[in-house]
Amino acid sequence: MIDNYQKHAKEIRRNILKMVAFSKAAHIGSALSVVDILTVLYFKILKIKPNQPDWSDRDRLIFSKGHAATALYSTLVQRGFASKDCLENYYGDGTKLAGHPIRGCLPGIEVSTGSLGHGLPIGLGITMSDKYDKKSSRTFVILSEGDCDEGSNWEAAMMASQLKLDNLIAIVDYNKIQAMGRVKDIIDLEPFKDKWESFGWSVEEINGHDFEQIEKSLINIPFKKNKPSVVIAHTIKGKGVSFMEDSLIWHYQYPNEEQLKQALAELK
Amino acid sequence: MRLAFTDTLIKLAKKDKRIFLLTGDLGYAVLEGFIEKHPKRFFNMGVAEQNMVGVAAGLALSGKIPYVFSIATFPVMRALEQIRNDVCYQNLNVKIIGVGSGLTYSLYGATHQSIDDVNMMRGLPNMTVISPGDPLEVKAAIEFSLKHQGPVYIRIAAKGEPNIHNKSFNFEVGKGIVINKGEDITLMVSGNMLANANLAAQELEKKGISVRLISMPFVKPIDKQIILKAAKETKAIFTFEEHSIIGGLGSAVAEVLAESNIPKVLFKRIGLPDVYPSEIGNWDYLREKYGFSSDKLAKNILRIYKNKG
Repeated sequence: MIDNYQKHAKEIRRNILKMVAFSKAAHIGSALSVVDILTVLYFKILKIKPNQPDWSDRDRLIFSKGHAATALYSTLVQRGFASKDCLENYYGDGTKLAGHPIRGCLPGIEVSTGSLGHGLPIGLGITMSDKYDKKSSRTFVILSEGDCDEGSNWEAAMMASQLKLDNLIAIVDYNKIQAMGRVKDIIDLEPFKDKWESFGWSVEEINGHDFEQIEKSLINIPFKKNKPSVVIAHTIKGKGVSFMEDSLIWHYQYPNEEQLKQALAELK
Repeated sequence: MRLAFTDTLIKLAKKDKRIFLLTGDLGYAVLEGFIEKHPKRFFNMGVAEQNMVGVAAGLALSGKIPYVFSIATFPVMRALEQIRNDVCYQNLNVKIIGVGSGLTYSLYGATHQSIDDVNMMRGLPNMTVISPGDPLEVKAAIEFSLKHQGPVYIRIAAKGEPNIHNKSFNFEVGKGIVINKGEDITLMVSGNMLANANLAAQELEKKGISVRLISMPFVKPIDKQIILKAAKETKAIFTFEEHSIIGGLGSAVAEVLAESNIPKVLFKRIGLPDVYPSEIGNWDYLREKYGFSSDKLAKNILRIYKNKG
């Protein structure tokens, strides 16, 4: 299984690199950090039917860190929601494959995101509806750590625990670098685990690039009955490409031809 | 007006299980009827409007029809980006009910006075904006909102407003409602000033001026036809609303007139000037101050009409 994850994650990363390089886009570091989490979700955890994306009993994934859209597009293609040639539309005139996901731009994209702090409240609403309908579907919301600066997420966090919604799961792609620098130098989120716990969530901290840990954690959801779960996934911005790792510049820069070649070689 | 909202929603929710009601911890002595009848579809979301509107979007994505209730300024302004990105951008079936329109909360200060809300909501693609003129229009607006697929903003006042319509009327999307078929001047009103406008029209009639009184609950989409007809058939058009003259009914009508090729018709927007009220007072006090009482309105209209501007 782990080999399988590795194979998919490599391919997803290769497609991200090509998309970003060809379109001269930004946010490649944010996309590369979340790939391993998305891989385990889409290939193991989520109850989904790629050929029936609107299946009413599906689990939902809301990609609150919309700026890393290339990771989501590439993962959906890898999972068979859309054909690979769709990715060539990224940033194309007259297409819908934007820098931030637009609902329905590819099958499987549930919610339009882009501005931070929107995913968790929407996920909460979906979970409330599922509970009312007595459905067992789960809603996963993927947040960036910059996302967690937004007060709206903490409003949602309070209400989710008030309503005892254990079908709501937040996963924080905690790569420690936000748009202008290190998280600890901007608004330090620590003690991060304690914050979530004090808001009534059950928390697990994992290495967000260790497939075994990711799988083990997500398989055990909810961590506690009647509590929403959050996975704080410690990740590395730009993961998988040596010269992009843990570097702010790759929040903005796109690889040139030479760099793309080198990056793809590292991901063979 | 507030109870007309609750009563109507209770009845609709009995038949339509998709209806949910969310509040930002407001609606004491207003929402209880709904809470009693449909407790599982009511949520007090706390004083957290951004989350409330995001949740409404999530409910709508799951096929529910959420009604978001609060004092108008709070969801509209605190959660403006959620209304824009989560609701309007995705064209979701969320209905926002803002109470205390205009100067209703005259004693509370401008934090609670929704005098610039229509402007904000009117600028959002996919949003329908309704400012009902009396409790009967509130009922009609709520019924309309359920049938209409997409975001709707309905701003309503407080309680105790009189019914102005004394016969049945058509409440159709983007349509004004003619209350008096006058010929000299047209008075177009949006929202809770309908009662004062009606009285002012009666005073003007006594002075020999025939007033075409039109209620314009839909600020967006705006009824172009009724505006152009009035521009052709009457000598002056006045708009009247308890809202800033920027961005509300007056602006919407001005846009239609400015793009028409009808020879210049005398046109005047009556509403709040571009200020936050510098003082408080009872609703009637502030209405008097800004020229919204029926007496002052009639005098103002008469003066402008006689002086041709």
